[in-house]
Amino acid sequence: MSLPLAEEETGLAPGLPLELADDRESIKITGFWMFLVTDVLIFASLFASYAVYRSRVALAPGPAQVFHYGPVLLETLLLLTSSFTVGLAIWAMRTGRTRMLFFWLAATLVLGAGFVTSEIHDFTSMVGQGLTWHQSAFLSAFYVLVGTHGAHVTFGIVWAVTLLFQVARRGITPVTARKLYTFSLYWHFLDIVWVFIFTFVYLGGKIG
Amino acid sequence: MALPGWMLYLIHTLFPANTRRPTELGADVLIIATGAILFYILIIKGRWRHVWTEWITTVDHKKIAVLYLIGALAMLFRAGVDALMLRTQLALPHQGLLSALEYDQLFTTHGTIMIFFMAMPFIFALFNAVIPLQIGSRDVAFPRLNAMSFWLFAFGALLLNMSFVVGGSPSAGWTAYPPLSENVFLPGVGQNYYLMSLLIAGIGTTMTGINFVVTILRMRAPGMTLMKLPLFAWSALMTSALIIFAFPPLTVALSMTLIDRLFQSSFFTLGHGGMPMMYVNLFWLFGHPEVYIVVLPAFGIFSEVVATFSSKRLFGYEVMVASLVSIMFLAYGTWVHHFFTMGAGPAVNAFFGLSTMLIAIPTGVKIFNWIFTMWGGRIRMTVAMLYQMAFIPTFVIGGATGIILATVPVDYQFHNTYFLVAHFHNVLIGGTLFGLLSGMYYWWPKMFGMKLDEHQGKWAFWLFFLGFWVTFFPQYLLGLEGMQRRMNTYPFGLGWHMLNVISTIGAFGMGAAFLVLVYNVVWSLRHGERDVTGDAWDGRTLEWAIPSPAPEYNFARIPVVNDRDPWWAMKESGATLANSLSASDIHAIELPKSTPVPFLLGASFFLFGFGMVFSWWYVAILGLLCVIGTLIYSGFNYEEHAMLSADAIRGTEASLGRLQA
Repeated sequence: MSLPLAEEETGLAPGLPLELADDRESIKITGFWMFLVTDVLIFASLFASYAVYRSRVALAPGPAQVFHYGPVLLETLLLLTSSFTVGLAIWAMRTGRTRMLFFWLAATLVLGAGFVTSEIHDFTSMVGQGLTWHQSAFLSAFYVLVGTHGAHVTFGIVWAVTLLFQVARRGITPVTARKLYTFSLYWHFLDIVWVFIFTFVYLGGKIG
Repeated sequence: MALPGWMLYLIHTLFPANTRRPTELGADVLIIATGAILFYILIIKGRWRHVWTEWITTVDHKKIAVLYLIGALAMLFRAGVDALMLRTQLALPHQGLLSALEYDQLFTTHGTIMIFFMAMPFIFALFNAVIPLQIGSRDVAFPRLNAMSFWLFAFGALLLNMSFVVGGSPSAGWTAYPPLSENVFLPGVGQNYYLMSLLIAGIGTTMTGINFVVTILRMRAPGMTLMKLPLFAWSALMTSALIIFAFPPLTVALSMTLIDRLFQSSFFTLGHGGMPMMYVNLFWLFGHPEVYIVVLPAFGIFSEVVATFSSKRLFGYEVMVASLVSIMFLAYGTWVHHFFTMGAGPAVNAFFGLSTMLIAIPTGVKIFNWIFTMWGGRIRMTVAMLYQMAFIPTFVIGGATGIILATVPVDYQFHNTYFLVAHFHNVLIGGTLFGLLSGMYYWWPKMFGMKLDEHQGKWAFWLFFLGFWVTFFPQYLLGLEGMQRRMNTYPFGLGWHMLNVISTIGAFGMGAAFLVLVYNVVWSLRHGERDVTGDAWDGRTLEWAIPSPAPEYNFARIPVVNDRDPWWAMKESGATLANSLSASDIHAIELPKSTPVPFLLGASFFLFGFGMVFSWWYVAILGLLCVIGTLIYSGFNYEEHAMLSADAIRGTEASLGRLQA
């Protein structure tokens, strides 16, 4: 009469990066992927709405007349570069170099802040020309789709700043490593969304 | 006496003229009375500290389950009273008990609350109470997130329920189609309440979906492969996956309406190129999966109940799993059947009509499997089993009328008639609510340590079951005779009179059933038969392997699973978790620590939502800052766990007689 019982060992699994080696932390990474699924669907719904509303310009100007490609190109360069620097930050984290981690994470934030600043500037100048979202369904869909992405980037910046403080206080531990890793997933995700915005909204707007 | 200007402004904003009516005053009295009782219990009786430390700050899935259940039953009461008022108004032609506006408000809150604030939390109550125990886990994957989900639901529900007395209730139906839901047609704050409360509760629901997917995928006991997962856990996995994929489109649709209303964008307006049908598509892209979100857990519950009370292994487990999975996928391909009359053309309508009929196949497979499970079993007619037996014919009829509605040309005739109303109540009550009540009776001993009295339960069951058919069968006939839904009254001489009277009598029968149910619960809490074995029903799955109610740590030791019915297999072998553990087997266990963060987050969202509803931007911004502040505080808090010593666990297990010398 014996009942098989599970051995409950806690500890780091060998051969895995720090954030995945601890079972309690890696499960949070699984959870974060699930969160990203919901965020993908938020953006999917917004893209679908934009596709429907793109031609519904009412009496306001359409995509070809309202987009400024200079700022958009700058924003694209800033965000794509920041995706590279956040990758370098994770690489520094995995090789245990805290100072380099700080440097690349700070660089990511500066690039992200540049992106947000440029986007805000672009939006305010559009509104200044009277292109408000009240004017047409197309402008509503445009501002909300691109603005939701911009709000995500802004939230990411606030999040990363709090992470910098946590790493400064605690160093690279399984918990902070997991937090940095999920942040990098989030940031790369925003980068991919921007690639779609650039392609379907801005370049698609040029095609008409 | 002249009041200062700001007070006049507050009175006119918070209590506009159309909320100063007898029904609202009655609600005011009820709210004040409830508040007084709560105040008495908390402050006068000094239970405040206990409530704060044991309940409000808890992250224990078993306590969160109890909180969800209380919320769900309270909301069942509120929305049930709405329904009785609606039925009283419709009992006779030319009734003037309710004005048209009040009638609109009541059917709106009835639908919204029943779906989002009754069915959903009831489901989450059972998920929280059962899933971690069934899969042999000590908690859900993210206990703190779980508590946040609950408090977002609770404060969302509070916001919606407030609307009736503060500012005005929403009145555009539970679907809130534009352009009716836009500012032009419904100025005032009612629709803002609807939007904000659903957005806040929706965040919580999405997080619950994420939580249970990860819990079931990552936290199962060793040896429990996916094909050994109990069917209720399978249904929870499919439901959670549906939630993850269905709630984002709802969030987007509601947010767009909110931006239209508060910030004058042009998504669903009639001018400026807006397109109301886009909302309808986004809403039902959520709304149809939502139907399966609420019914799949019921399928899971019935699968557990029927196996236990037939004392037999579930028939056709693999096919049951396959049909759950296929229903989940098919659920996304049917949303247009809610608006065939949009006129998308014969090809589109034919596609969605056929895809709807296709769902009948996996559902039919499940019905047959439940019947075959009973076949040749030793059936015990408990209350849980009675609901199961009532469910089968009820759901088959509800499904069959669904097939009728899926036939596009026929739907053009029945669209928005009482035939539709009867159909969806038939599947939502006959499917979801029968399932949830069955699950409540079945798992009550595990949640509270005592059985609900069976005799009283049978009274409630028969009242509810008969009341249900007396209410809704006449409504099918009314639909066939052309009575439209959402009409607040009707003239003499259309032949609807008698059927409406019968329907109202049935509704009061269901109301009586609810009272018996409440009596049953209250009586059983004091005098109910205690469950000392932990295995109240001679069950089959792991939740019955541990004491009732489950101790804080659930499993002193987590077993290795080798069978689809692990607890049954243990009992057959003679070595169970109840008779095989000795003191040396037990080690210290790490448990999540209580935290006020989830409650504070919910309160912050409430403040934010309240500010948005009244367009008081400073309040809204303050609420948003509180949200961010709470999240940051939570991020810097690394003390998430505490150890429970081995001696404490040995003490608990020994006191339950589960420790061998």
